[in-house]
Amino acid sequence: MSGGEQASIHRAIERVARESYGRLVAYLCSHTHDVGSAEDALSNALVAALETWPRDGVPQNPEAWLLTAARRSFIDLVRHRQVAEASEPTLALLREESKDMTLSPKFPDERLKLLFVCAHPAMDPAMHTPLMLQTVLGLDAARIAHAFLISPATMGQRLVRAKTKIRDGGIRFEIPQERELPQRLDAVLEAIYAAFGIGWDDMAGVDQSGRDLAEEAIWLARVLLHLMPQQTEVHGLLALMLHCEARRAARRGPDGRYVPLSEQDCQTWSRPLIEEAERHLKEASTRGRTGRFQLEAAIQSVHAERARSGEIQWNAIMMFYEQLIRISPTLGTRTGYAAAVAEARGAEPGMAALDAIDADDVSAYQPYWAVRAHLLRRLGKTPEALDAFDRAIGLTEDPAVRQFLLERRG
Amino acid sequence: MQFALLIFESPEAFAARNADENDPYLGAWRAYYKALVEANVYVGGNPLQSPETGTTVRLKDGKRRVQDGPFADTKEQLGGFTILELPSLDAALEWAARCPAAAIGAVEVRPVSPEYLRRVTG
Repeated sequence: MSGGEQASIHRAIERVARESYGRLVAYLCSHTHDVGSAEDALSNALVAALETWPRDGVPQNPEAWLLTAARRSFIDLVRHRQVAEASEPTLALLREESKDMTLSPKFPDERLKLLFVCAHPAMDPAMHTPLMLQTVLGLDAARIAHAFLISPATMGQRLVRAKTKIRDGGIRFEIPQERELPQRLDAVLEAIYAAFGIGWDDMAGVDQSGRDLAEEAIWLARVLLHLMPQQTEVHGLLALMLHCEARRAARRGPDGRYVPLSEQDCQTWSRPLIEEAERHLKEASTRGRTGRFQLEAAIQSVHAERARSGEIQWNAIMMFYEQLIRISPTLGTRTGYAAAVAEARGAEPGMAALDAIDADDVSAYQPYWAVRAHLLRRLGKTPEALDAFDRAIGLTEDPAVRQFLLERRG
Repeated sequence: MQFALLIFESPEAFAARNADENDPYLGAWRAYYKALVEANVYVGGNPLQSPETGTTVRLKDGKRRVQDGPFADTKEQLGGFTILELPSLDAALEWAARCPAAAIGAVEVRPVSPEYLRRVTG
């Protein structure tokens, strides 16, 4: 076999792994809740594929092939672990199902249940995103650890502990009831957005891993939208992320320098992504309740409008922030509101909005100090501005942003 | 609990210490120090002079062995340390990532060991 054919088979395996990973894991563990064994079984199946496919060719239905192989391995693994007798009926069920498995390549998509399990209220909120990235997308612990600024060994342990809780903690694999759905869905959306935010912040222009994480988050949102097309906030979240993604290239100058949003060359924004974002935002606005992600997407939509009109409607942004504060009064929202007020109404009311935030909450919050430095300078309060610039610079992780602030400070 | 941030720097970073007041690396450190103090997490610390000023001493078979230069011969060398009071390792890693040296060298985060200190000091 030539190197080219080898490579094409490896690509085929990678592709089916990416497309099917979450579907296969979710399906395998939907009865046993044993996410760890499902993942191990699937990775055994992928190893088997790497051995078999180059010899016998890629099977006609690669996903069904992987599922059959993974299921065999899964039964072995679960049996090997000798989980209490209680799991015996499950084993019988699995054996039964695997008989006619090859006849029907179709199997139910259980990913939605898996997403709700990952963001279950009984799970540590800090683990929602890592769990999703691993169980639905198959990212390895080391890569997740880098993104979350945690040592790989620690992240590995935390993931294992979380999966033990899923298996033994009586967490149900189900789609929440109507009554609790909004809140449960919020947790899923938050976790996806957290992945995107990390990918976004990490983008030092050169960091490929950060960039990929934002793409993974968009992928997750697309999966979720496919499973829940009627949910307003899923459209809102996807619109928000697509608007940000559209500007990715514009965030850095050709020399790698940081370019703030208001100074970006909008000709370099991706028009197809903006149009897709607008379609989702429109879809969201035709449905019921206005949600947090819909409002955040609307703010980004106003910024995107600059590409057409040449100006930023700060009044509109300020009003969206006012609504947003009522739903989600986070530090980020309140800081964004103050910045919008400063642009729409002037630096003094902007400062007043900043001063309304409790000083204890912002001692390590970089955006607050960056906005504050900017406003103090506009008000001509030079020593205070320098001090705020220092706080912002000292809290900055991205070297390009640090350089930008150092130059603004002067 | 307390964490030590051990700052490892490249030869270029050590050389930059002689730069003028407007040097961006110096400016970044000044700002970082201020942010640590204002966030009320700074306990102490010091920069060290460049690695070639170091002298390493060992006793081998009762004989003194003195070596010019630092203990380890690596490209990046210990350039200083900072002690921080923080609730968790996660928080310490956040501060390490913001350290200006993290982008051009490395920052090792180590928990301080008060238990061992107690055993030593009695």
